[in-house]
Amino acid sequence: MIQETPNLNYIEKLSGGDLTFQEKLIGIIKTEFPEEKEIYLNNIESRNFKEASEIVHKLKHKISILGLEKSYEVAANFENSLLENRAEGKADFENILKSITNFLATL
Amino acid sequence: MNCIIIDDEATARAIIGQLCSNFKNLDVVEEFPNAIQAIKYLNQNKVDLILLDIHMPDFTGFDFIATLKNPPKIILTTSDPQFAIQAFEYECIVDYLVKPIELARFEKAIQKAESVAAKPVKNVETVNASAGSVETSSGNDLYVNIDRRLIKIDIPSIYLVEAKGDYINVKTEEKNYTVHSTLKKIEDKLPSDLFLKVHRSFIINTKKIIDIEDNSVLIKKDVIPVSRANRPELMKRLNLL
Repeated sequence: MIQETPNLNYIEKLSGGDLTFQEKLIGIIKTEFPEEKEIYLNNIESRNFKEASEIVHKLKHKISILGLEKSYEVAANFENSLLENRAEGKADFENILKSITNFLATL
Repeated sequence: MNCIIIDDEATARAIIGQLCSNFKNLDVVEEFPNAIQAIKYLNQNKVDLILLDIHMPDFTGFDFIATLKNPPKIILTTSDPQFAIQAFEYECIVDYLVKPIELARFEKAIQKAESVAAKPVKNVETVNASAGSVETSSGNDLYVNIDRRLIKIDIPSIYLVEAKGDYINVKTEEKNYTVHSTLKKIEDKLPSDLFLKVHRSFIINTKKIIDIEDNSVLIKKDVIPVSRANRPELMKRLNLL
């Protein structure tokens, strides 16, 4: 299991101290992330691995934005495994989603 | 320069928009969540630059570029470093940014877009030779096309290439890849000091040999035949006591 904590370092750096932008971006992530997570869960439940890989690809970007470097690798491997019609790495990936969900709830 | 952003992810569009806001001479005139809407816009409007995501559902960035008669300058923004080589086949693509994008790297890309007047068309061969400018290429990489994706393979990790009809099977330490290509084509791409064709159907990485018998070599768990004609060259390569 990967021990990493999401953080806002990238967003803060990107904003150059612009708090309005930080708030706006966090708001977008808080809206988009649960939607993508739901699409992922639906696809994985229906074993639509190709479609699941597409959404993992999108989630991967959010994982990197939140500073989760090792988790990004896990997500990338999981995306590849889904493209090969396998679900290897599913549990680890879903733990990452949980960690982000919990983190976003604190913002 | 006026520009548009095309990305199916709202988060990415916001980030790229913020990066653009650092440049007075860069004006984001529109943002689109898909390529179709952007095509409609470009039928009516002219832009200097497109910041384009590659990986979008239904219509990829490359599909989008193919629809443009006179494409403006394009900077690709993507989470997929493996498309870098393919990207530079396009004259209009001036840079390739891997997400998450840092401001300093974005600035370089914008400077390139400003300075590039007309970039000569390159083919893949040329790009392979000059891939040092691509962040993700080290010169030790080989890109193979599998299901329309260019997958990067670390060349020293390849231990065996086997011809299988119209395909080749590339075996590496981590994974095997079946690619629609010929032994000759991959032989030309591999460094000759490391790889040797020992049989009409096999190329081996000579550093990975475990042992050699009269007419075969053992590599990993594969016993590979060595043809009589290729045996002298193989023997020359060995550090014999």
